[in-house]
Amino acid sequence: MIKPENAVYSRTKVLTDNIMHYCPGCSHGTVHKLIAEVIDEMGIQDKTIGVSPVGCGVFAYNYLDIDWLEAAHGRAPALATAAKRLNPDRYVFTYQGDGDLASIGTAEIMHACNRGENIVVIFINNAIYGMTGGQMAPTTLVGQVTATTPYGRNVELNGYPLKITELIAQLPGTCYVTRQTVYNPLTVRKAKRAIRKAFENSMLKKGTSFVEVVGTCSSGWKLTPVEANQWMVDNMFPEYPLGDMKDI
Amino acid sequence: MAKIKGTIVVDIDKCKGCGVCVPTCPTKTIALGREVNGKGYNYMQAVNPDTCTGCTNCATVCPDTVITVYRVKVEG
Ligand SMILES: Cc1ncc(C[n+]2csc(CCOP(=O)(O)OP(=O)(O)O)c2C)c(N)n1
Ligand code: SF4
Ligand code: SF4
Ligand code: SF4
Ligand SMILES: [Mg+2]
Repeated sequence: MIKPENAVYSRTKVLTDNIMHYCPGCSHGTVHKLIAEVIDEMGIQDKTIGVSPVGCGVFAYNYLDIDWLEAAHGRAPALATAAKRLNPDRYVFTYQGDGDLASIGTAEIMHACNRGENIVVIFINNAIYGMTGGQMAPTTLVGQVTATTPYGRNVELNGYPLKITELIAQLPGTCYVTRQTVYNPLTVRKAKRAIRKAFENSMLKKGTSFVEVVGTCSSGWKLTPVEANQWMVDNMFPEYPLGDMKDI
Repeated sequence: MAKIKGTIVVDIDKCKGCGVCVPTCPTKTIALGREVNGKGYNYMQAVNPDTCTGCTNCATVCPDTVITVYRVKVEG
């Protein structure tokens, strides 16, 4: 049975052979795989430029065999703007965490989306700063315990979870704004379709396509990967409901 | 009647034993074993290999893309 002609799921060649540095079960790996599969299926491996963030996704360039730029913290949309304007025949996407996109990089993402740059934004919202040891992010839930909110996020002290994707959906520069997740086979397949649509949009001069993926950070959340998936279902989805916010 | 049969191959050295594939298997084919790989993870194994239908669920959710799935129709 183990013959190439019988294979119904195999690793795409757009993924390199490197073992990802991510913690076991981390959603970053799943989203990398989906982007790689979309690039493979669209046949655009030599036409795609990724912009990696500061955050756990910083080494994305080690895992997808495409052209990459590595941006300063939060500045991926600015680099992607330049890459796309100078190379309009290329598919250009940013890959950003919630600390990168919704905290230090808020200005860049808002203005790139408001200008309607013809880029794809992949936004990994795990409600925490994973890379630096699990500090509160703007997206951290009310009551969520992090390294910097040991008694839980308190709105009087820390404000409210920032629903930046809802804000971005209001901007006339965006054409497709959606919130997905990747914790079971159904949601993984849906998220892949969303990423594909976003990549296709970027060549249609319709404006910015923005795909949020609600993900887990089991290390930051101090849970096992399987527990983290359940915690996400129970706590993240009520605050960050899944689905399309805009599709024109 | 034709039956669908599947099988999986796990790249043991790359598996991190995260276990997120295990609950997605409709036929309870897979589980984390007691053995560890070179990185010290209890890697995933097909403990009931005969029950696999090749549905691809486990491979689809694997963050490290270490599962290859094969499927054939068998007559009889
Ligand atoms: C200018 C600057 N400020 C702060 C940092 C420290 N820093 C590194 S990653 C990070 C946050 C990462 O969080 P997020 O974007 O959510 O990514 P995750 O690791 O959760 O995927 C911070 C604050 C930095 N590297 N550079
Ligand atoms: S710290 Fe969190 S986001 Fe970073 S690799 Fe680990 S699980 Fe993923
Ligand atoms: S999901 Fe992948 S890495 Fe995690 S236990 Fe299963 S095979 Fe291993
Ligand atoms: S392919 Fe389907 S049936 Fe086979 S082990 Fe994976 S999840 Fe189970
Ligand atoms: Mg984060």
